[in-house]
Amino acid sequence: MEEKSIAGVNITLNEEGYLTDPEQWNEDVAKEIALEEEIELSDKHFEVLNYLREQFLAGESLSIRKVGNAGIVNIKELYQLFPGGPLKKSSRIAGIPKPASCV
Amino acid sequence: MKKLLILGGGTAGTMMANKFRKVMDREEWEITIVDKHRTHYYQPGFLFIPFGIYNRNDVIKPKGDFFPSGVNVIYSDIDRIEGEKNVVHLDGGKLLHYDFLIIATGAETRPDQTPGLNEGLWRKKIFDFYTIEGAVALHNFFKDWQGGKLVMAISEIPYKCPVAPIEFVCLADDYFTKKGIRDKVEISLVTPMSGAFTKPIATKMLSELLKEKNINVVPDFYIEKIDNEKQSIVSYDEMEVPFDVLTIVPVNMGSEMIERSGLAGDLNFIPTDKETLQSKKFENIFVIGDAADIPTSKAGSVAHFAGEILFENLLNAVEGRPLTAKFDGHANCYIETGFGKGALIDFNYDTEPLPGTFPLPGIGPFGLLKNTKVNHYGKIMFRWIYWHILLKGKEMPIEADMTFAGKRVPYKQ
Repeated sequence: MEEKSIAGVNITLNEEGYLTDPEQWNEDVAKEIALEEEIELSDKHFEVLNYLREQFLAGESLSIRKVGNAGIVNIKELYQLFPGGPLKKSSRIAGIPKPASCV
Repeated sequence: MKKLLILGGGTAGTMMANKFRKVMDREEWEITIVDKHRTHYYQPGFLFIPFGIYNRNDVIKPKGDFFPSGVNVIYSDIDRIEGEKNVVHLDGGKLLHYDFLIIATGAETRPDQTPGLNEGLWRKKIFDFYTIEGAVALHNFFKDWQGGKLVMAISEIPYKCPVAPIEFVCLADDYFTKKGIRDKVEISLVTPMSGAFTKPIATKMLSELLKEKNINVVPDFYIEKIDNEKQSIVSYDEMEVPFDVLTIVPVNMGSEMIERSGLAGDLNFIPTDKETLQSKKFENIFVIGDAADIPTSKAGSVAHFAGEILFENLLNAVEGRPLTAKFDGHANCYIETGFGKGALIDFNYDTEPLPGTFPLPGIGPFGLLKNTKVNHYGKIMFRWIYWHILLKGKEMPIEADMTFAGKRVPYKQ
């Protein structure tokens, strides 16, 4: 656990850098975390991020395939928006927990 | 007569038929089970077929041998479930009414979901071992193979028996070593997960084991397509892994019948309460085994443990009581690691696989997250247990809930 000020907000992060409380998130926080991942957020990015937050807050589990089928971007575009581990990175930027892959 | 209907006569459905027929009054309850196939496959045995350890006859028996007397058995395809009317439509128009429905239609492999997979090299240089046909074809291929790049790839999560690909590469290492051509075979495990397994302590143990065996792990690789011409698998972020022979776990999906019934979630798995095992849509429908979308392994052990919970809850529902039994996601998997050894993992929704002993704390005989000969014998014995005890719904000496007794939490590094 780590306390950090991001975009002027006091944020609690876990060991892997994910927000522990999704309520601490706002768009400026997202932009700053995205820069750590070397991503500059566009409107398309925010559409994905908002979808992820909606799904998470509704208690739904997430997978790359599911995001790719949501009608915002296809999987290929998702990889282009969030290169190298799209779901892990987008979840971190969206302020939700790292997706658990349950096998 | 009240009617209990079970769709699917695989591991989970067969166990349920046996359990309920024992306790439900025959004057009061009619039990019917529907399946399209007459053959029961011992799916954990498929893994051994490519290496000539088991053959076809070791893994098949007639389904009918395992259904109890007093249960109606119908061999038919299912068109759809109409949950609002408590009725199931079979192919050909026959209707089956139910008071309670158990869906146990499992998961199937879908090579058609990955572009290029079902094409020229399929069953020539690309194989799966999740079907009897694929496992036998791979066995025939390996007999004459002189070596090259052997790639074991996982297409999508979730898939049946999450440890099977790890076991496959370990057994391949054993097989080609004994054949004297291990130095000519380059073995890789390609996975969309970030490591050999999902949970950290087990991943660490398994990664070390694979490294010892000179098996290369390619993590975070999400397959977009198969390039038949170049003989390579291609990821969505345009990485490529070339192969001389590819063994693949195709995308796993629930039955298309689930989709036709309007019950499908992601990949046609059924949205199911992970604790009560009741369908999220209909109170008189319960879901067991691979067909459910609960966040645990798709494995026979899970179906077994979940079966005890579903059994209690369905009886609760029949009596109008609250569904008090809660499933904890318990899974228990033997992992064949080659050269007569095996490892064992035991875990649930909240607890990752930990080291220790099983099932008796401090005694075992099985070692958790340890590579031992005894664990291998456990796996071999399990085939007998499966046919004679598990499918028949008899008591096993293992609790449905996972226990912490005998487990150790290693210090964080």
